[in-house]
Amino acid sequence: MANSFDVIILGGGPAGYVCAIRCAQLGLSTAVVEQDKLGGVCVNIGCIPTKALLHSAYIANLLKETKDFGVEAGNVTTDYGVAMKRSRRVSDQNSKGVEFLMKKNKITVVKGTGVLQTGKKVKVGNDVYEAKKAVVIATGSRVKGIPQIGLEINKTTVISSDEALFMEKVPASLAIIGAGAVGMEFADIFSAFGVKITVIEALPRILPLEDAEASDTLSKSYRKRGIEVIAGAKVTKANVAKDKVTLDVEAGGEKKQITAAAVLMAAGRAVNTENIGLKENGIQLTDRGFIKIDKNLQTSTPGYYAIGDVAGPPMLAHKGSREGIVVAEIIAGQKPHPIKYDNVPSVTYCHPEVASIGLTEDQCKEKKLDYVAGKFPFSANGRARGTGETEGFVKILRDKKYGEILGAHIVGSHASEMIHELAVARENEYTVEEVELAIHAHPTMSEAIAQAALDSLGRATDI
Amino acid sequence: MATKVHMEALSPTMEEGRLVKWNKHEGDPVKSGETLAEVETDKAVMELVARADGQLIKVVVPEGTTVPVGNVVAWIGKPGEQVDGAGSEAAPAAAAAKPASAPAPTPAPAPPAPAAAPADATRVKASPLAKRIAKDAGVDLKLVQGSGPGGRVIKRDVEGAPATAAAPARTTPDVRRTGVPYEDVPLTQIRKTIAKRLATSLGPIPHFFLTTEIDMERAAEAREALNKQLGEEGGKISFNDIIIKAVALALVQHRACNAWFQEDHIRYWNEVHIGMAVAIEDGLITPVIRNADMKSLREIGTESRELAGRARNRRLKPEEYTGATFSVSNLGMFDIDHFTAVINPPEAGIVAIGSIVARAVPEGDRVVVRRRLHATMSCDHRVIDGATGAAYLKTLKQMLENPLAMLL
Repeated sequence: MANSFDVIILGGGPAGYVCAIRCAQLGLSTAVVEQDKLGGVCVNIGCIPTKALLHSAYIANLLKETKDFGVEAGNVTTDYGVAMKRSRRVSDQNSKGVEFLMKKNKITVVKGTGVLQTGKKVKVGNDVYEAKKAVVIATGSRVKGIPQIGLEINKTTVISSDEALFMEKVPASLAIIGAGAVGMEFADIFSAFGVKITVIEALPRILPLEDAEASDTLSKSYRKRGIEVIAGAKVTKANVAKDKVTLDVEAGGEKKQITAAAVLMAAGRAVNTENIGLKENGIQLTDRGFIKIDKNLQTSTPGYYAIGDVAGPPMLAHKGSREGIVVAEIIAGQKPHPIKYDNVPSVTYCHPEVASIGLTEDQCKEKKLDYVAGKFPFSANGRARGTGETEGFVKILRDKKYGEILGAHIVGSHASEMIHELAVARENEYTVEEVELAIHAHPTMSEAIAQAALDSLGRATDI
Repeated sequence: MATKVHMEALSPTMEEGRLVKWNKHEGDPVKSGETLAEVETDKAVMELVARADGQLIKVVVPEGTTVPVGNVVAWIGKPGEQVDGAGSEAAPAAAAAKPASAPAPTPAPAPPAPAAAPADATRVKASPLAKRIAKDAGVDLKLVQGSGPGGRVIKRDVEGAPATAAAPARTTPDVRRTGVPYEDVPLTQIRKTIAKRLATSLGPIPHFFLTTEIDMERAAEAREALNKQLGEEGGKISFNDIIIKAVALALVQHRACNAWFQEDHIRYWNEVHIGMAVAIEDGLITPVIRNADMKSLREIGTESRELAGRARNRRLKPEEYTGATFSVSNLGMFDIDHFTAVINPPEAGIVAIGSIVARAVPEGDRVVVRRRLHATMSCDHRVIDGATGAAYLKTLKQMLENPLAMLL
């Protein structure tokens, strides 16, 4: 039967398409239902295009400071429209790459919006597809505004990342609401393209999920570059005019008015759980609106699984992809290794980059853990001095008794690449001593990791 | 040249070992570090590993046989190589021998161990963190079932292993009418040790027994109140914890009973270490709660559960089951009214605790129902006289009947 598969996956984002490939590898006939482009938010309007734009921003910033390196770059001008078009090409390449992977693995891609039916069926338009083994829900999430204070996304003066990624020209000024990864990355991008930026965060510090020292370092770095950062701030009122937005902001007992040509909403995301037949099939949600899953990623209705953003935080592509692999193996009757949700790296690709894994120092304190913090600043690292990228540090929190790496935090150039040494260490239960015993090449930024490990043992040699 | 496989001393006190199971069979390729067989020592079942690469060319000792440490149990060599069964001296192993043309009839060989020196052959797959925790907790990683990739022992396995099994261990299999009237089961090493040690008790030691009935109503109330207070914190107090604490505190007042009989002298202990008899599969062992008189009920509870858990998994270190100054045997959970326990020499006494049962008791001119138990003390008359033992038992009774007295 043409419309019958072993597994049907709703959503072709990083959770869904990876799940499909793993299903195919395991010999399951698989279909992916996608209403838009393959690759989902990540590939098309998320991770991938923003990284392209961030690199444009990096180059722009770099060229402003070349003189000291003996290179004269002349009069540097920027054009967001050009950078944007390049980022679109990068996204399209990636989306085509996913398409190719679907073909290579003989996965059927059904264009349209899937609606769940009983008996492990999925309706797309007028067609009904049947899953013999399982239906996997990987419908992802989307941006959201804050209509309660008058900030409904209007796509001109109140925008989301969806619009920011397609702008031909930058606004003169931009207020960014939310200083999580998205807000911080767009602040970095637009600032490099000459936009006056104000970042407003409701929680007491920017990058609220990161270690407090990471937040501090970023605040200082941003302010140095002329980006205004206001944390612990509450937007009490928003006045949206045709060509500007005025925000009444309360922070630290002070009242303030911020006017910008546009507001970028970067505070949280809404999951795509509507109109896909969840309720009709008895699939329950959690209090926070995510799909409720058990430890096998199965929803409250047997045979229906959920992965990625819809299945709960952290809403990160790599977490979704791993869930996709694990759920495929479960469906195929294997016993995959359980996901360690406390070992999902978190990365913000602003400059300097922020990457972390495990607990923050404050969390160690809250849990009353007996820990030691080992720290090493890049200002003492030879490679960092050579490239002039001395901002930031490596911090490793180790359990005092056994040396277990409770958490690790890197702020600095290439932090996003370096965090994986500590991810591997944690996954394999290496202690700080194994990390330090691995010989690190000199001179590298990664030496700072070995030095932070040593510092936690009270024997850093380079500081 | 072929290499001999010897019965190795797998524990410090091991003199002989019973070959429980051959994991490799004649003709199987083996690599240095791979498990050849399971061997039961005096306290635990351990793995005998290969010290050379090649093929298991001859098995000398069949399964179920006990041989002294040092005896040859098998040979490893090249395929087709001949060895004489008597075990003539072989030259150092020809390590290059490869099972190239050898047929591999039985299961695929275990994941190849890294080419390593023999010293590394005992390598256990475990994460560095698990190794550290195990070392600290005295857990033998070889006996832990790993749940990591490829059976690797990880933190969770080491931490999760001990404090389990609150229910009494299943000690004997059911009787089944199989048509065969009986089954002869050879003595296991631990059974031999028990036989040897306890025969040196009841025979030579002049035992006498004292029994008293103890009202546990107030202890039960105290326990309920304490557990209510502990609430979600976990680590509930059991009757056994209260009894161990009371036995220890009563001993503090009666040093005459906290003693060891030694051939020409009596050693009266100034420390109170309580041995706690724990039933394990095919035997019993008495882990020791050291300085039990100085520990809180919670500490005793945590420690006794942890020790009992590891005892059942045979993971006690020798120093954890030796050195008691007095013992308690509690068969309360087995619905035993009262019983006499056998003294564990050189200790001079042991208290046997029966089940707590609701009994009708006269109180004034009425009959009330009270929860009570029988405690029977076995005394070594060479150390403890009747009145001495009775005085101790009276103190124990008072402590349990009025748990507040423990605070004095």
